[in-house]
Amino acid sequence: MYFRTLLFLLIIFPGCTYARVLEVSPASRLSLAGAIGLAKNGDTVVVIGGRHRSGNLLIQKSMTLLGKNKPVLDGEGKYEILTIQAARVKVSGFRFERSGRSNIDDYAGLKAQGADFLEVSHNEFSETFFGIHVSKSNFVHIHHNQLKASSLLEYELGNGIHLWKCHSARIHRNRIEGHRDGIYFEFVTKTSIQSNYSYKNKRYGLHFMFSNDNSYRNNTFRNNGAGVAVMYTARVHMEGNTFDQNWGASSYGLLLKDIRDSEVLNNRFTGNTSGVYMEGTSRTRFERNTFKNNGWAVQLQASCDGNSFHRNNFIGNTFDIATNGSLVLNTTDHNYWDKYQGYDLNRDGTGDIPFYPVSLFSMIVERIPPAMLLWRSFMVFLLNRAESVLPAITPEDLKDHSPSMKPYDLR
Amino acid sequence: MLKIIRYILLDLLRSRFTLFYTLLLFLSTVGLYQIDGDPGKVMLSLLNILLMVVPLVSIVFSTIHFHNSYEFIELMLSQPVPRSRVLFAEFFATALSLGLAFMVGIGVPMLLFGAGGGSLILVGTGFLLTIVFVSLAFLASVLTRDKARAIGIALLFWFYFSLIYDAFVLWLLYSFSDYPLDQPTLILVSLNPIDLARIVMMLQMDISALMGYTGAFFRNFFGSYQGILFSLSALLIWAVWPIAVANRIFNKKDL
Amino acid sequence: MISVNQLSKRFGKLQALDALSLELQAGCSYALIGPNGSGKTTFIKSILGLVLPDSGTIHMDGENISKHWQYRDKIGYMPQIGHYPENIRIGQLLNMVQDIRQYHGAFDDHLYKAFRFDQLLNKRMHTLSGGTRQKVSAVLAFMFKPDVLILDEPTAGLDPLSVELLKDKIQLEKEAGKLILISSHIMSDLDHIASEMVYLYEGKLLYNDSIQKLKAETGEERLGRAIAKLMSDSVNS
Repeated sequence: MYFRTLLFLLIIFPGCTYARVLEVSPASRLSLAGAIGLAKNGDTVVVIGGRHRSGNLLIQKSMTLLGKNKPVLDGEGKYEILTIQAARVKVSGFRFERSGRSNIDDYAGLKAQGADFLEVSHNEFSETFFGIHVSKSNFVHIHHNQLKASSLLEYELGNGIHLWKCHSARIHRNRIEGHRDGIYFEFVTKTSIQSNYSYKNKRYGLHFMFSNDNSYRNNTFRNNGAGVAVMYTARVHMEGNTFDQNWGASSYGLLLKDIRDSEVLNNRFTGNTSGVYMEGTSRTRFERNTFKNNGWAVQLQASCDGNSFHRNNFIGNTFDIATNGSLVLNTTDHNYWDKYQGYDLNRDGTGDIPFYPVSLFSMIVERIPPAMLLWRSFMVFLLNRAESVLPAITPEDLKDHSPSMKPYDLR
Repeated sequence: MLKIIRYILLDLLRSRFTLFYTLLLFLSTVGLYQIDGDPGKVMLSLLNILLMVVPLVSIVFSTIHFHNSYEFIELMLSQPVPRSRVLFAEFFATALSLGLAFMVGIGVPMLLFGAGGGSLILVGTGFLLTIVFVSLAFLASVLTRDKARAIGIALLFWFYFSLIYDAFVLWLLYSFSDYPLDQPTLILVSLNPIDLARIVMMLQMDISALMGYTGAFFRNFFGSYQGILFSLSALLIWAVWPIAVANRIFNKKDL
Repeated sequence: MISVNQLSKRFGKLQALDALSLELQAGCSYALIGPNGSGKTTFIKSILGLVLPDSGTIHMDGENISKHWQYRDKIGYMPQIGHYPENIRIGQLLNMVQDIRQYHGAFDDHLYKAFRFDQLLNKRMHTLSGGTRQKVSAVLAFMFKPDVLILDEPTAGLDPLSVELLKDKIQLEKEAGKLILISSHIMSDLDHIASEMVYLYEGKLLYNDSIQKLKAETGEERLGRAIAKLMSDSVNS
C-alpha cells in the first residue's frame, strides 16, 4: 500500500509543479517534432487539429501528448508513427493513420518499450499495422481507444493491442476491429481486461499465452476468424464476457489449451461453431454460463481433468458436450439442459434421473466429420435413443446427476 | 386439365381424410406451441413431423386415393382425353390438396404464435416434400394394379428414404472414412428427398455446427445461398422424375 | 364403322383375345355374349383404348385408333359399376365430363328428364344408391350424342321401371342409326333391343350373325334358350 501511494504521488506531482504547456497548431510555427524535442520531463504538448506527417516520432521523456480536435498522425504507409521509450508518458486524443508494415520490425501506430505508467486513451487507430504495441512496460493503462484495420490479407495485419512481458496493466473500454489478433498477450500478468469490444479480427479476438493471474470481465468477442484462444496459462479469471458468432472450421468461442486453476463465470457463449474447446485443461470451474445456439457447446478433449460445470444453461445447441475419449475425469451437476427429458417426481427442481450430455452421434461425427450431414435424421434419432437406454460407446461417467428442470436466470 | 384438377380437388378437399389430416397437424402444432414456450424446441418437433409424418401420410394416402379412383380414372379415359392429362390432373390435385392441408395445418398456428423466417422455410419445404412423396406414390401406384401391393411399395419407399438409406450412407462413410468424403456425402444425401429437406432445415437450425468440422468445400457450399438453392432444386427434381416415369408407364399400361 | 382385325391380347397365361376379327356396323345393336373370362371386357376395353392389344388393329371410321384418343368423342361408355369421386355433386360430375369432352353442342336430355335428374343435381355421389349411380352412368353415356354406345351390363342394379326407360332409349338410338354394343348376362333384356349377336368363347369369335337367324337355326323363340343350345353345340362339336 505504501508503495502504491508513493507511486501515485510520483505520477501526480511532477505534472502539477513544473508543467509547461507547448502548443502545436496551424497558427504556431512550432512543429510537432520540434515541440517534442523542446519538451522536458513533465511538460505537456497540446496539438490542435491538422495532419502531421512527421515520419517516426520518438519520445524519450516523461511527457503528455494531448490532441485537440483529433489531430491526425500520418505514417504515410512507411513509418512507425510514435515510439515511446520513457516512463510516465500519456498520449490522448490523436488519430493514428497508415503506419508502415513490417513483420520484421513490428511497425505500430504506437509502440512503447520500457514505458512504465504509460497511459494511452481516447485515440483512434486506422490502418495501422500493429495498433498499440507495448513491451517490458508495467502499470500501463490503455483505455477508450478505437482501432480498425481493413486489409483482407493476414500478413498485412498486426495485432490491435499487443503486450509482451508486462504486468499490472489495465486494458479497458477499447474497440478493436479487423486486426490479426484483437488483443494479444505474451508473458503478461496481473492484468485487468475489461469492457473491450473485439470483433471481426482475422484470427483471434483475444489471444494470450503464458499470462497468469489476469482477469477478463465484461468483454465482447464477436465474429472473429477463430474466436478466442488462450494457452499455457494458470489462474485465468473470466467473468461476464460474451463470445458470440465465431464461425468456421476450427473456430471457437473460447479455446482453452493447457489452462489450469481458472474460473469461467457468468459468460455467454452464443452462436459459435464451438462454444468452449478444451485441451489439456485442469481444475477449471465453469459456473453460471449460458451456452446457447452453438454447434458444440463444449468440446472436452480426453486430456482434460478436474474441471467442473455447475449451474450453466445449455440451450439450443446442436451438441451439448462432445468428447473424444471414454474416460472422463470432469464433473457436471445442477446444469440446465434443454435436451433433458427426465421427470421430477419429488418436485425439488432437479430431475430424478441423470442426464448424459454426450450423444452417440457427436462421437460418430468426431470420428467421421462428413456424417454431420445425417444429423437430425430418423436413423440418428434411433441411434441416440438406443445409446441413451443402453450406453455402450458414450462415456458412462460423464453425466449430470441432478439436472435442473428449469433454466437459470442468467444474464 | 385445369378444370379436371378443379373437380378432383373439390372432391379431395371435402374428403374426411384431408380434413382430419389438417386438423391433426393444426392441433399438434398448437399443442406444441402451448406446451413449450421455446420456439426453438417447437421447430425441432415440427421438423420431426415434417420428416416423418408428412412423407408417410402423403405417400400412403395418395396411393390409396389413386387405387380408389381407379374406376373413375377408367371412366375419364373412356372420354376423348389423353392418358397423361388424366394422370397429371390426378397428381396435381392430390399434391395440392395434401400440400394445402399441410400449409394450413402447420402454417396457420405458426402465424398465430409468431413465425420467423425459419418457420416460413419449414412450411415451404414441407409443401415441396409433400409433392415429392405424392409423386413417388403415383409411381408406386402405376407399378401394380393391386392396391395392397401398391401400398406395400409405397411403405417401402417411405421406409427406405427415412431410415434404410441413411443407415446405408453412414455405413459407407464409416467404411471409407480414410478418404476425403465431403463431395461424395453431399451427392449421396441429394439422392434422398428426406435428406434434402433435412439439410434445408439444418441450414436454418444448425448452421453453427455445419460450419464446424466440415472442410472448405462445405463451408463455401453452406455459407452462401448455394446450399439452400441446391437443396431446393434437387428436391424439385425429386418431385418431377417419379411422376414423369409414372406417366411413361401409365401410357403403356393396360387398365 | 368399327372394324377389328386379328386382335390378340394375352394376360400372363390367359389368352384373353385370340386373333379376333369383326365388323360392327352403324345402325345395328350388338349383344356381346360369352361365359366369364371369354374376353368380353378385354374387347370393350380395347375399343376404348384402355387395354393395348398385343397385335391386330381396331379401325374406327377407317382410322386406326392405336395411340389416338380423339376418336373417343364418338363413344359413349356406360361401365358395369360406376365409381365416382365421393364428395362431388351429380351436377358437378356432369359439368366435369362435359369439360373433359369439351362438348359445346346441345345435350341429349332424354334420360336426364326420364330419371328426374333435375331434382338430384345437388346430391353428393356418396349419398347415392347403386341404382342411382347406374342412372348417372347411363345419363353420361347418352348425354353427348355419341355415334357409338358401349354399354357394359347396363341394367344391373336398375329398378324395373328404369330398365324399361333405358331399353326404350336404346331402341330409339338404334333406330337413329347409332352403333350399340351391349354386354349383358340378362338375356331377356337383350331379346328386344339387340339385333345382332357376337358370341365370344376363350377369346375367339364363336358366332356373329343376326339374332333372327340364330333363332331360326336353333328353332328356339327365346334368345336365352337359343344361346343355351348354341353353347351346348359348341361344346359337343
